Amino acid sequence: MRLTVLTAITAVILLAVIAELLRRRQLREKYTVLWMAVGLTVVVLGFFPSLLNHLSRAVGVASGASLVLFLGVVFLLLVCIHLSWEASRLEEKTRTLAEEVALIKAHLAEREREPVE
Amino acid sequence: MINDQRVLIIVPAMNEAASIADVVGEIRGELPGTDILVVDDGSTDDTARIACDAGAKVLRLPYNLGVGGAMRLGYRYAKVHDYEAAVQVDADGQHDPRYVPKLIDALQDASLVIGARFAGEGDYQVGGPRRWAMAALAFVLSKMAKERLTDTTSGFRACDRALIELFAEWYPVEYLGDTVEVVVRVIRLGYQVKQVPVAMRQRFSGMPSKSPAKALIYLSRAFFSLVLAITRR
Repeated sequence: MRLTVLTAITAVILLAVIAELLRRRQLREKYTVLWMAVGLTVVVLGFFPSLLNHLSRAVGVASGASLVLFLGVVFLLLVCIHLSWEASRLEEKTRTLAEEVALIKAHLAEREREPVE
Repeated sequence: MINDQRVLIIVPAMNEAASIADVVGEIRGELPGTDILVVDDGSTDDTARIACDAGAKVLRLPYNLGVGGAMRLGYRYAKVHDYEAAVQVDADGQHDPRYVPKLIDALQDASLVIGARFAGEGDYQVGGPRRWAMAALAFVLSKMAKERLTDTTSGFRACDRALIELFAEWYPVEYLGDTVEVVVRVIRLGYQVKQVPVAMRQRFSGMPSKSPAKALIYLSRAFFSLVLAITRR
């Protein structure tokens, strides 16, 4: 019983953090669905940990804890890969912007040097 | 104007205040009337000002992007200002501008011309794993290009208008991508690649790394970069 209290409290806190970040527009909308789904899953499992055992038995994993660990690691790896991908895209975008800035600055400097008529 | 072509010399430079004035001065002396563009790759020293005083056009990147980043900016400039050929010359004085007309001449029957160090001229030497890496790269790329290429990592290269337009949009910023991957892609797209023997000189400033560990890392990165380039479309 005490375990259920612990997991339920954790789940509620997690969901509250995600909701608050979304409300303050600190998370882009494209991540909304992902994190809300994660939060809700954690809440459901937090309040009804026994569901996990049924699920793990259904897919052939001996204990619910192993299943959670396995899925958790896979999920976090996917998130990491996604973030690396995002970072690469952002680097490419900032690179283009840096080039634009250099071109614009040079153009401005050239215009300033031209004699005013 | 070299061979009736509007040629832009692109010099990527990062913290080269010690040598940039000599490099720009020498290019102007050897190739009067040719435009020189120094791309200052986020230097923290006076590179940009010195290059400007020496008579080069200067573009300043707000932060360091690496040689590939600086070169793409150079090619964008060349594209916008309608240059017909562009030549990359390093800012450390290794590349002798007297060979530039030779590179431009060779553009008549190739789109990309590489100034190669081991092709008979000069006495440039490297040893150990770095040498094997360069030899392996040269072997694979020569097969692909159906043309003898002995020094694919050389930064001394000239390209024509078609490649200026390609490089203005696409020029890898990764380590060795700017040399190896570019050659692979250019061959794949059906352009002719050729080399011209050049003598390299001692750098005006800076020293090449001699440590075996670094050479080994270089070898693996070269291999990695080649495999990536070949598997890419």
